[in-house]
Amino acid sequence: MMKKLTLSALTALGLSAGAAMAAEGGHTHDVDFSFEGPFGSFDQMQLQRGLQVYTEVCSACHGLRYVPIRTLSDEGGPELPEDQVRAYAANLSEIMDPELDDFRARTPNDHFPMSSLENAPDLSLMAKARAGYHGPYGTGLSQLFNGIGGPEHIVSILTGYTGEEKEEAGTIYYENTAFAGGWIAMAPPLMGEDVEFADGHSNELHHEAEDVAAFLTWAAEPKMMARKQVGFTAVLFLVILSVLLYLTNKAIWAPIKKRAKEA
Amino acid sequence: MAGIPHDHYEPKTGIEKWVHTRLPIVALVYDTIMIPTPKNLNWMWIWGIILTFCLALQIATGIVLVMHYTPHVDMAFASVEHIMRDVNGGHMLRYLHMNGASLFFFAVYLHIFRGLYYGSYKAPREITWIIGMLIYLLMMGTGFMGYVLPWGQMSFWGATVITGLFGAIPFIGEPIQTWLLGGPAVDNATLNRFFSLHYLLPFVIAGLVLVHIWAFHNTGNNNPTGVDVRRGSKEEAKKDTVPFWPYFVIKDLFALAVILAVFFAIVGFMPNYLGHPDNYIEANPLATPAHIVPEWYFLPFYAILRAFTADVWVVMFANWITGGIVDAKFFGVLAMFGAIIAMALTPWLDTSSVRSGRYRPMFKWWFALLCIDFIVLMWAGAMPAEPPYSTISLIGAAYWFGYFFVILPLLGVIEKPTTPPATIEEDFDAHYGKSTAAE
Repeated sequence: MMKKLTLSALTALGLSAGAAMAAEGGHTHDVDFSFEGPFGSFDQMQLQRGLQVYTEVCSACHGLRYVPIRTLSDEGGPELPEDQVRAYAANLSEIMDPELDDFRARTPNDHFPMSSLENAPDLSLMAKARAGYHGPYGTGLSQLFNGIGGPEHIVSILTGYTGEEKEEAGTIYYENTAFAGGWIAMAPPLMGEDVEFADGHSNELHHEAEDVAAFLTWAAEPKMMARKQVGFTAVLFLVILSVLLYLTNKAIWAPIKKRAKEA
Repeated sequence: MAGIPHDHYEPKTGIEKWVHTRLPIVALVYDTIMIPTPKNLNWMWIWGIILTFCLALQIATGIVLVMHYTPHVDMAFASVEHIMRDVNGGHMLRYLHMNGASLFFFAVYLHIFRGLYYGSYKAPREITWIIGMLIYLLMMGTGFMGYVLPWGQMSFWGATVITGLFGAIPFIGEPIQTWLLGGPAVDNATLNRFFSLHYLLPFVIAGLVLVHIWAFHNTGNNNPTGVDVRRGSKEEAKKDTVPFWPYFVIKDLFALAVILAVFFAIVGFMPNYLGHPDNYIEANPLATPAHIVPEWYFLPFYAILRAFTADVWVVMFANWITGGIVDAKFFGVLAMFGAIIAMALTPWLDTSSVRSGRYRPMFKWWFALLCIDFIVLMWAGAMPAEPPYSTISLIGAAYWFGYFFVILPLLGVIEKPTTPPATIEEDFDAHYGKSTAAE
């Protein structure tokens, strides 16, 4: 928290461009994710549950075209055993291989399939492509404390259906409190108890939504753990270096300042 | 090097003499690094080093990123994701480069406003100032073109909006826009030329930085009092100055370490805070984002661009007097570039006989208002172009021009400045001397 406060002092000067959008989006409710803040890390079990929700529900329409399947076993991610990843890849839709000039089964070195429904956006980067928080007054300063709010936005969308529907030009729209404009074309994908978790975790709607949002955050930012690690090491070393340079600077200037005092 | 009298490099050993008579490179380095520097420089004089570091950081990370990036409309976005996911350390390189641009602009704005407050632009430093403004313009061009390269939604639509500005020039605008884009719209040709220029311009900037440094090494640094270093003799000059090495090198390195600690905290813990979420959606010429917003460092000038709508009387007047040639869009473009040109012209707009704002009681307040104006414009630039934001932008833009073209020239005439200290030594002694012995 202190770190975030220090950051705010600096960045308050620059304001945020991420801030840019006026508050016309829908309501985003805050979720305490395990990966938030400088000390947060992904919950491996949650990522695996999220992968299950994605596989059994979302992937019917949405793809993850930028995510290599092999990264499911990478450190700092869901960390599936490699044989499970191989089996998972083989279960996905076949891929066109230009060398064979034919379709073949996917291997871990391939990427996840693309969206199968034309209007369904790819989810690889969805958790980074939406901002849940914009305020206050469009400055985006709240993002310093809450994060940008991508995963919270996903949870809010998945749990934000009111049950109201309307038809416009042959398309059915569903009322959603989190969606900008209030009406979304996606039918409610999760009702609660849609999947059966192997670890016995609750499959209530908001649990499923949080798990899949966590998984999509990993999909969008698979190197988050490595990045925070570098951040820590760098900040630590730079703080030590700053102290040393401060003392050096003080020592070097001391005679000059002493002369001024005697003047 | 001319300027303040100081000790010069003397080759002592045989090999030193041999090299020196053939290429006096050691002398050049020695004279550069040992340059007499006013000893009263405060913490606002650190930004030059920060900026030099930023340029080096951007070039170093950029060169490696280029090795993995594909400048093609069908592959650019995916190649950035390839860097983020598959390239060893690629995510750090990219986040450093991305946030490095923000640090670069953060530092350049503080550097520029430092100059505006302490009168660093005044004689005899006009050329240093003009070169600095050229560097700033090139930075804006480089930053803008770099933002297009990931080929996200904001990349594409930002490029469309900004190149569209050139289309607003009467008569020749459209051919110019087509020429810039390499076609009728932002497409592969645009991406390729932006990529090429984004790689080229930093080296042009590096060249100008050398000239910038050369220029102020000749005139000597300005300092918080604006009083010149005494140049009568080496002894006199020594009372006002200390050599750059080690006194300011260590001080600047300390500042750099502190700033980098904050910078790495941003890169490590919130690397996308200063970016725009829409740029994680691949460019789609068929879907316009709800709000097209440039990066934060362009926002003040973007606000000025959008402030002059067709219902503003200056715009209506300009439209009428030019027989419709200058419309609201072109007026906005002129205003935006005019706002930067106004800064470049300060050496000739400021009529005050006193250099440093420290001794100008009225100027101080107007300058503080200019800083606030800059922040307000930055905020207004991020908001939608509708009331009340358009009105706020207009007021902000009016003050920006008012400051440079009315207030600065007038203040020199009506303001009664206080007396600066006679020498830099006097200022330094007053600060660290007996009166503030607690220091």
